[in-house]
Amino acid sequence: MDKTLSPARKRRDLFLRILLTASGILVCVLLFFLTGCLLWRGLPYVSWAFLTREPSMLQGTAGLLPHIASTLYIILTTLLLVLPLGVGAAVYLTEYAQGNRFSVWVEFAAEILAGVPSILFGLAGMLFFVQLLGFGTGVLAGSLTLTILILPTIIRTTQESLKTVPRAYREGAMALGAGKWYAIRTVVLPSAADGILTGCILAVGRIVGESAALLFTAGFGTVLYGWWESLTNSSATLSVALYLYANERGDTDAAFAIAAILALLTLGLNLLAKLAGRKWKRSR
Amino acid sequence: MSDLREVVRRRRRAMERAMSLFFFLCGMAAVAFVLGISLYLIVSGLPAIGEIGLWNFLTDSVWSPKQERFGILPFLLTSVAGTAGAVLLGVPAGLLAALFLAKAAPPRLAAVIRTAVELLAGIPSIVYGLVGMIVLVPAIQRAFGLASGASLLAAIIVLSIMILPSVVSVAEMALAAVPREYEEASLALGATWMETLYFVTFPAARSGIAASVVLGAGRAIGEAMAIIMVSGNVPNLPGSLFAPVRFLTTAIASEMSYAAAGSLHQMALYSIGLVLFLFIMCINVLLHFFVKKEGKHG
Repeated sequence: MDKTLSPARKRRDLFLRILLTASGILVCVLLFFLTGCLLWRGLPYVSWAFLTREPSMLQGTAGLLPHIASTLYIILTTLLLVLPLGVGAAVYLTEYAQGNRFSVWVEFAAEILAGVPSILFGLAGMLFFVQLLGFGTGVLAGSLTLTILILPTIIRTTQESLKTVPRAYREGAMALGAGKWYAIRTVVLPSAADGILTGCILAVGRIVGESAALLFTAGFGTVLYGWWESLTNSSATLSVALYLYANERGDTDAAFAIAAILALLTLGLNLLAKLAGRKWKRSR
Repeated sequence: MSDLREVVRRRRRAMERAMSLFFFLCGMAAVAFVLGISLYLIVSGLPAIGEIGLWNFLTDSVWSPKQERFGILPFLLTSVAGTAGAVLLGVPAGLLAALFLAKAAPPRLAAVIRTAVELLAGIPSIVYGLVGMIVLVPAIQRAFGLASGASLLAAIIVLSIMILPSVVSVAEMALAAVPREYEEASLALGATWMETLYFVTFPAARSGIAASVVLGAGRAIGEAMAIIMVSGNVPNLPGSLFAPVRFLTTAIASEMSYAAAGSLHQMALYSIGLVLFLFIMCINVLLHFFVKKEGKHG
């Protein structure tokens, strides 16, 4: 360090440096504290029986099987709905629209959707899917609501990976006589598959963690159904079950066990998406 | 032979046209969703406001479904106070962390912190709520000798941690985009590296920083499940940091399941949704404006 600095200035410099480093470290400490606390409190209650049985009022035992099943149903149904829609919108934006009037609207709409809080998605989903269309609370209404909520994520990640597909690929396909759709189907989309997959992983992370949008659309049900019956029967996902156990039943041990599972799942999914994205970037 | 070729060609052209229509419709779906949500929240939110009276609805400080009094002033002020508190607490920490990441951290450490930020952003809000309820609330109760630790303060602390990741990632991008020449000029004039970072780099990235603050505020005002478990859920005016309160979001989440269908109570909850939606739209427009401005500079 410069020897000509006055002591007061040196002190201030040191203070600024410490402040900066400390805030950087704070983020890591928060993460370690949170995950540590969750695992320490939650993991002891996670057992094979707890994961694979249905809750029983008679025996007073908690079980996660119905919630694991409905979480899987909702993930499956939502991805089924949102993938064609989101990838289609991204293809429209990058391949067809090229900055025309409609594309500005679509991008603005996606931006707004990304900013709307999930409780409002839940409210609108309840009014429209549950009440107006009469689907009742269940996986169908929940998945339709989540489709709208996830759409911006899928559009953005797909768009980003479509943008990295070199122009020459498209021009080459066109020069060989392929139509636009043919070129997209055989050349552009396969080259962008990695980005779409990253988007899916992120979407699954969002779905697993979502609760406010599902309270009044997918409901609180704790009964195990098959996929088809679950569509129109109230089914609580893991996150909603966590809320049920913590707030309504006061069973904090079960709640912590679910929280530990949720935290591990979302941490794993996010790490996976990050690693996958990095690996694909390198192979390009 | 040439007939067959003609048929194939025609079918292909029809397919091309069908697919371009399909992609167009996918794009329009996003627009339709936004219009649908806005329309639905407005249509279902207005009747109760009409019945209660806009002025009454916004300025009555009593929310009591039993007495048929629906004033949302407590929720409104609590949401504003909670968001302001979260911004005051979370934004400085987030901005400093972003500056550290963008300019001062050794690359290894920066990679670790960046991963931590992304992982924090991925933790479900309900999990934050649970940890807040079991760890933070009792801690506040003990520290301040209260009857219950579920309070505005607990909600502010949880919110400020939750907005941290969005603030850090947006602000980092803005700070990293500050031209190296600005900093070199400042160093050449005799400022230390730290002085340069705080007094040159920060001001130069101010519109991106503004965007990160607005984004954080949007996150805070829309959060429901994390604070429903730590805020005590009593419709008080936010007079003290230590009193239990109820937010716009938590009012909807906690009462919707037991409000009788078709009652004024339920309609009033829809109206709260509309008020929240208007707040969010203002914030979105503000954000759009800052992001555009940032794009022009960079």
